[in-house]
Amino acid sequence: MDTIVVGVDNSAASTRAVEFAVERAQRNTWKIVLAHVIPWTPFSFQTPSENEHRHRERQHEIEAATQQVIAPMAQLADDGGVPHTEVVRHGRPSDTILDIAAEVGAVHIIVGRTGDSGVREAVFGSVCSRLVQTSKIPVTVVP
Amino acid sequence: MSGNSMRERQAPSAGSTRKTLATALGVILAFYIMLFTFAPKPITWPNPTPEFPADASLFDKVSGWITALVFYGPSAGGEVDIRLVVIWLVTAAIFFTIWLGFLNVRGFKHALDLVRGKYSDPDDAGEVSHFQALATAVSGTVGLGNIAGVAIAISIGGPGATFWMIVAGFLGMSLKAAECMLGVKFRQEHADGTVSGGPMYYLRDGLRDLGRPGLGRVLAIVFAFCMIGGAVGGGNMFQSNQATAQIVSQVGGEDGFLGRNPWIIGVIFAGALGAVIIGGIKSIARVTEKVVPFMAVLYLTAALIVLLANFGEIPAAFVAILDGAFTGEGAVGGVIGALIVGFQRAAFSNEAGLGSASVAHSAVRTKEPATEGFVALLEPFIDTIVICTMTALTIIVTQAYLNPDASELGGVALTSNAFETVLPWFPGVLAVAVVLFAFSTMLSWSYYGMKATGYLFGDSQLAENVFKGVFLGFTLLGSVAGLASVINFSDSMIFLMSLPNVLGLYLLARVIRAEFTHYSARLESGEIKEFADRH
Repeated sequence: MDTIVVGVDNSAASTRAVEFAVERAQRNTWKIVLAHVIPWTPFSFQTPSENEHRHRERQHEIEAATQQVIAPMAQLADDGGVPHTEVVRHGRPSDTILDIAAEVGAVHIIVGRTGDSGVREAVFGSVCSRLVQTSKIPVTVVP
Repeated sequence: MSGNSMRERQAPSAGSTRKTLATALGVILAFYIMLFTFAPKPITWPNPTPEFPADASLFDKVSGWITALVFYGPSAGGEVDIRLVVIWLVTAAIFFTIWLGFLNVRGFKHALDLVRGKYSDPDDAGEVSHFQALATAVSGTVGLGNIAGVAIAISIGGPGATFWMIVAGFLGMSLKAAECMLGVKFRQEHADGTVSGGPMYYLRDGLRDLGRPGLGRVLAIVFAFCMIGGAVGGGNMFQSNQATAQIVSQVGGEDGFLGRNPWIIGVIFAGALGAVIIGGIKSIARVTEKVVPFMAVLYLTAALIVLLANFGEIPAAFVAILDGAFTGEGAVGGVIGALIVGFQRAAFSNEAGLGSASVAHSAVRTKEPATEGFVALLEPFIDTIVICTMTALTIIVTQAYLNPDASELGGVALTSNAFETVLPWFPGVLAVAVVLFAFSTMLSWSYYGMKATGYLFGDSQLAENVFKGVFLGFTLLGSVAGLASVINFSDSMIFLMSLPNVLGLYLLARVIRAEFTHYSARLESGEIKEFADRH
């Protein structure tokens, strides 16, 4: 059984991506890994007290993401009767999704086309386009 | 790995331990002999009794006594004060450099790799990274000392002081590594997931593990007490005082509106600080933490531009530095004068041996305390060997230190003059940098003071609030008055921290060495590896 990674957030595009993935997974008997990346960089500057509370903050972020982002997506996969696992991780979204895909040996990545704001996209490039440009396995972007 | 197995390490063989110990003691002894042989004569041990004016208050007297004792030392040739506390710190720095087998050289590349995240477990993404811990600790140490202190040091100790400052910075790296490693090894993890660490904890728990619980508790309490004193004064009042002076000098001068009402600046500082430490307004702290590195880069870039503009003078500057270091050219008190001034500058600036940075480094959630030690050794490197040396070179190539009014002008003005020769607009930027550095130093020390208060009073909310109130009061006070006795008292407290801290480090020396040896062995055997092929 092949594994695919679906990168999710709490956007409508993400819901469409999961629905798209579930439909293909039913046909091709795929296993789905639902991956959500919390944007984070190890190279930021913080105050001492932020550092002190970081561990707790991180737990909160992961719990919140699991409940608010992953749970509804997992429900979609459940409804479709597709086997699935979930990953929530901190990092740079595009790179981290590729890392997760490599770890689980995924053959395909599916993401929703997220609407980054114009300025952000001009400066950093969008998550999708970075993913498409750097991935070694096929990437499907669901509009 | 469980807490217990983390604390018991296979000790290196007794033979190699004895040999290293003998080498360290030999080098330290040779250093003392050299120091006293080459020092200008006569060497006198002055009477430490301070003199007071008739109307001195009780606090002035207490402060005067403590200052006189902490900064006591023999006077060489009537010109150079060999302060014993500086010798105490340099001795510890030499000892740990040899005791840890030049960890500062051996571990330098590994330290860079750790900071770049090559050894970071992807499962720990989102925790405090090595880079973040280093950046936080560096922004607590980089400040006025790197700008103002260096200028004063060179005007007294000549260009040669730069050389000894670099040597002291180099030696301080291993000492810093030792204390920051212990900070992580003995930190406390609270039920709510927050962490507390620092010398208080390794003194108490480390010495308890060695069977000296009483001594450990006493040293920890003395340390915490000194850290509160240092936080309120040197880490706060002095910073606010200097930053206010900078703002006033740029806006209207002494007779201008702000010059006549400096308390307005104090209120703004206290307000901004209070918003962060009482109101929990993180955005102010975040902005500061992001702007400070930017200012540091801007400062270094400006220094580079000044150096490039005086490119032809650079070889002569290096000659002056080396000449001064070994002939005492241009230094009050000859070679030893240059050496003492340089060592003192480094000790004041990078804080190795004082234990303060250990508090900041403890927040990293690594499974390997040694990694934080490696990372921390970059701190004296950045602070002293990079930033202080750049300031020094700038001052030497522009010959700003030859100004006959150097001692009256003060450090910031000297450095400012040096930059002004090439970049006429720089004094304004420098003033902004000084203010921001001062503010971030105040933020760091408010945290250190709070952790010490928390340690002494069992994390009592009331005690912490009282501390915050007192801290802000002194921020305000600092803008209005220099209060030499308060600042002297506080400087004494900062250096007094080194007494319990370094004593504890010596007692824990075997634990420190075993931890680093054990880690290095596993690194070499490949048990600890890079997480390769990741983004």
